[in-house]
Amino acid sequence: MVDFPILSLMTYLPLVGALFVMMIRGEPDLVARNARFAALYTSMFTFALAFYMMAKFDPASADFQFVEKHVWFDSLKISYHMGVDGISLFFVVLSAFLTPICILASWNSIQSRVKEYMVAFLVLETFMIGTFCALDTVLFYVFFEAVLIPMFLIIGIWGGVRRVYSAFKLFLYTLLGSVLMLVAILTLYFQAGTTDIPTLMANPVARDLQMWLWLACFASFAVKMPMWPVHTWLPDAHVEAPTAGSVILAGVLLKMGGYGFLRFSLPMFPEASAHYADLVFWLSIIAIVYTSLVALVQEDMKKMIAYSSVAHMGFVTLGIFTATTQGVEGGIFQMISHGIISGALFLCVGVVYDRLHTREIGRYGGLVKNMPKYATVFMLMMLGSVGLPGTSGFVGEFLSLLGAFKVDTTVALFATTGVVLGAAYMLVLYRRVIFGPQTNEDAAAMPDLDKREMLIFLPFVVLVLWLGVAPGYVMERVSPSVEKLLTQYETHLAAAEAAQVTPITEENNPADDVSLPMPEAQTDE
Amino acid sequence: MELLAVFPSLIAFLIAFLFGKQITDKGCQFVTCAAVIVAAFVSCVLFFDVALAGHPRIIPLANWIVSGDFSASWTLRIDQLTVVMMCVINIVSACVHVYSVGYMSHDPAKGRFMAYLALFTFAMLMLVTSDNLLQLFFGWEGVGLASYLLIGFWNHKPSANAAAVKAFIVNRVGDFGLALGTMAIFVIFGTISYEGIFEKAPELAHTTFMFLGFEVHALTLVCLLLFMGAVGKSAQLGLHTWLPDAMEGPTPVSALIHAATMVTAGVFLVARFSPVFEYAPVALMVVTVVGATTAFVAATIGLTQFDIKRVIAYSTMSQLGYMFFALGVSAYGAAMFHLMTHAFFKALLFLGAGSVIHAMSDEQDMRKMGGIWKMIPTTYVMMWIGSLALAGIPFFSGYFSKDMILEAAFADHTWFGNYAFWMGIAAALMTAFYSWRLILMTFHGKPRADEHVMAHVHESPSIMLSPLVVLASGALVAGYIFYTPFVGGTSHGGETAHVEVQGDEVTFKPEKHGSEDHGTAEESHGAAKVDEEHMVFGRQQFWGESLKVLPENDTIEGGHHVPTWVKLLPVAVGAVGILLAYLVYMWREGLAGKIVRLFAPLHRLFFNKWFFDEIYDRLFVQRAFRWGRFFWKSGDGAVIDRLGPDGFSSLSRRLGGVLSRAQSGYMYQYALIMMVGLIGLISWLIYRVTVAY
Repeated sequence: MVDFPILSLMTYLPLVGALFVMMIRGEPDLVARNARFAALYTSMFTFALAFYMMAKFDPASADFQFVEKHVWFDSLKISYHMGVDGISLFFVVLSAFLTPICILASWNSIQSRVKEYMVAFLVLETFMIGTFCALDTVLFYVFFEAVLIPMFLIIGIWGGVRRVYSAFKLFLYTLLGSVLMLVAILTLYFQAGTTDIPTLMANPVARDLQMWLWLACFASFAVKMPMWPVHTWLPDAHVEAPTAGSVILAGVLLKMGGYGFLRFSLPMFPEASAHYADLVFWLSIIAIVYTSLVALVQEDMKKMIAYSSVAHMGFVTLGIFTATTQGVEGGIFQMISHGIISGALFLCVGVVYDRLHTREIGRYGGLVKNMPKYATVFMLMMLGSVGLPGTSGFVGEFLSLLGAFKVDTTVALFATTGVVLGAAYMLVLYRRVIFGPQTNEDAAAMPDLDKREMLIFLPFVVLVLWLGVAPGYVMERVSPSVEKLLTQYETHLAAAEAAQVTPITEENNPADDVSLPMPEAQTDE
Repeated sequence: MELLAVFPSLIAFLIAFLFGKQITDKGCQFVTCAAVIVAAFVSCVLFFDVALAGHPRIIPLANWIVSGDFSASWTLRIDQLTVVMMCVINIVSACVHVYSVGYMSHDPAKGRFMAYLALFTFAMLMLVTSDNLLQLFFGWEGVGLASYLLIGFWNHKPSANAAAVKAFIVNRVGDFGLALGTMAIFVIFGTISYEGIFEKAPELAHTTFMFLGFEVHALTLVCLLLFMGAVGKSAQLGLHTWLPDAMEGPTPVSALIHAATMVTAGVFLVARFSPVFEYAPVALMVVTVVGATTAFVAATIGLTQFDIKRVIAYSTMSQLGYMFFALGVSAYGAAMFHLMTHAFFKALLFLGAGSVIHAMSDEQDMRKMGGIWKMIPTTYVMMWIGSLALAGIPFFSGYFSKDMILEAAFADHTWFGNYAFWMGIAAALMTAFYSWRLILMTFHGKPRADEHVMAHVHESPSIMLSPLVVLASGALVAGYIFYTPFVGGTSHGGETAHVEVQGDEVTFKPEKHGSEDHGTAEESHGAAKVDEEHMVFGRQQFWGESLKVLPENDTIEGGHHVPTWVKLLPVAVGAVGILLAYLVYMWREGLAGKIVRLFAPLHRLFFNKWFFDEIYDRLFVQRAFRWGRFFWKSGDGAVIDRLGPDGFSSLSRRLGGVLSRAQSGYMYQYALIMMVGLIGLISWLIYRVTVAY
């Protein structure tokens, strides 16, 4: 344990850095340089804090740690409540890890409005870390939605040709979900009288209400995830976003959906989660098969990797809603691993994009000749994405499938086809970009990775292999919290079942409290 | 010591891969060769201790994945089955490493090649030493990766890249089954460690399991799923299409990966799971039928091909079919025996073919060879030894193992055992025929290559020939020496035909102990020593607990007591096959063309490999792309986007257009609207009031 508010420090340090960057004045070149360094140092320091937190984290405990709780709105009983457990820990670390990488990756490729760009990234970091630390629904909502603003700006200002279209598409989709989630949070507040997440997790609301609230939250998280069929913003956003934007988008923003499922849907609405599990399974399967096939025919490197992200997130949602130890842990691990691998893959695309300014697969080919180091890094990340045992991609994928197999063999069977399809599109991509004859002279003349790029990729390479061979460090810290989550989940389900079996009189029927209209057909299960 | 048999190749890979530039190609070659030779030596020493002295062992290294009640660890399980595989892998790998130094001497990326070979060796060793299904899967995919890298080694060639991708993806289809099998085992057995699985298998012999909504026999399901993995890796019918294409890789790769070791991983898997397969008779039947059919179909294709490497590739596939139907009739020992002898003679054939290709300036088409046997006599002799072993001519190693398999199939006395036997006999005839077709077309007749090529024909350097000699000695004597421990002499009897030749015939001297290249020699020496001690060292003592055969399934025992004609028939058809080849390709030139014309449709079927590639391409590959395009354009574009964000934005734009028209700026319009609104409001109020009261 630490005796200073480390979570708040981590959350607001980037914001302070952003303010500092904003105040830089002077020659444009000097401003750009200072902004870069200021942003880098701030984010590095934040990462150091995150690292320290990880080291101080008690792996045996399932409870929230480093908790900070202060009264915020006394009359409304809304408090400023922060804390991390095994589930959120690594997402915080991941956010803090990817931000300095992103700033380094944008070092040369961003030349216009550098100051504003760095401000946007630092603000984004604040919101990301805040989202994963918040233990109050209002606080969570504020951070969760605020993330959208810097992301919108990063795509809309520093993006590619169709950046405005993509930014608005992202905005529209997310807005739809967030409005519904706001309603859910308000309803929860009026029903339960609290916005405290741990309290809400321990005391789920009535079954009928759960059904509605689950759907409302689902809308928001499914868009963020993204799940089929609300995924179409992702390919466009990725394609238009600058490299670093894509890295953060794939690396952290997509994980917010999965995190939301784990923090809200499963613990607060256990009965609804069990009820809708089949729906999630089939949407996940569609995501895996459908987007894998779509990925196969893409001509744009980023689009292909974006679609592959949708497929990989399919394994996550599948795993989480199996509500088995393996499934949930697999889902979490898959998110962490995907954050690393897809981040690195987008960086790989960024490397060649910086040199040739095109993402079209056909414009490359035979890069292994002139860029052997690049080919090696890309190969490793490709294999991680394919889920080769020994890379981090395998652990999460296998565990979530294992969880699925426990619950429903048919679902597992269909989802496992993703293993074949995933190999197909990644190998085809790799083959077309890296192997083959060198048909394009300009592509053949590109220089290999330089020192800065090697430095960026090194931690990714180490992490992918380390987590693949010895995932124990992460798993040990994740598993007590997952265990607790699932025990609570089972208890609530059992209690609900017991309540349904005993005849319910008019007075103690919990459904009577509900003022909202009921959804139809919930008598089964 | 166990670590010294497994990890040198990993270290060598890391050194050669990461520091290849610093230590130069020479350094890479030295490091990798030295590592694998050391490992080969150590595994031979282990062979004495584990298999001959009967001390299997399990060495836990570290935890891998632990999640709830699921756990998988990094462990070295070295029992009799493993140690046999380890010896085969390390010895053949050492030969191939040394050979590659010569074969790849003109290649610009020698260091990378050696690194990949070492990586493969390591992954293969992880596969065979695993103590749980997940580590097996690690090795399984690891060898797949190495195979992918090595098939596509000449990555400027589109055909090589296509073959590499195809190999990986087709294998993944098999892995799909293996992964599901692993999951099923975990759910049914509650563990994925071998110990736990094998212990529980007898209790679960009659359990059923709900799979896809059907109630199925649990162990049959598990076995069939695992077998699906084996089918992919071992190129059995259905998932075999990658193996011939894999010949795009350099020839040493074909010898090591696509003949001797990786493709036998499926056989190893089934043998390893013999304690489970024994309780799943239906699965065994499927294994038998698939294996027998593969043996036959592959042989028919082998008859018609012209690429020297492809002929050998189809022969590999066919021989793997033999191993599988041996497994299917519970003759696990026989399958492992054939696996070992095959590793020697097939690696020999491939490396020999490599030597021919090397001599012919990289020509692989047999139609452009011929008349070179005098120029490369050593290679010629090596190819003869390999082919004699392959055709099952007495006293060469293939004879012992192949005959054992056919006898066991016959002794199974089931319809599928009989099917396998006759398919095997037919395949044996064809095997002999195409082997000599290969020899005659390649070495004899008039030279068909152009003068330029012919002028360059030369015998390979000794660095390439010495591994051939090692493998040839294996192909010559391995069958004879290992017959008793692998398949012969039960504890109660020494009555089989080959047991008498023990003891006195083994001539290897103890001085050879320590010379690294002669791993086979040492093994045989050890075998001889133990044989002298025990007189009859039968398969039960040899395999120990590592293979399990139910007493009623013991076809190897039955195979020793089959009628004489069954024992003679394989040899007879082998001889006939050779004679036929001489007739067609030596004594009656032009006969081949006549036969082809006579059986034109059949020839077309065989020559086009039974059209598997075309059918798969239509059925799966093209469809996947079509569906992908459909989902992208129609699904994402026309439906989701149009009804979703794009539709929303165009709707709001249109709505905005309509509404903006209301803001015309004309005062009278506004006045009119106000009037109408006011009247409406007042009427509604009046209505409400009158109705309410």
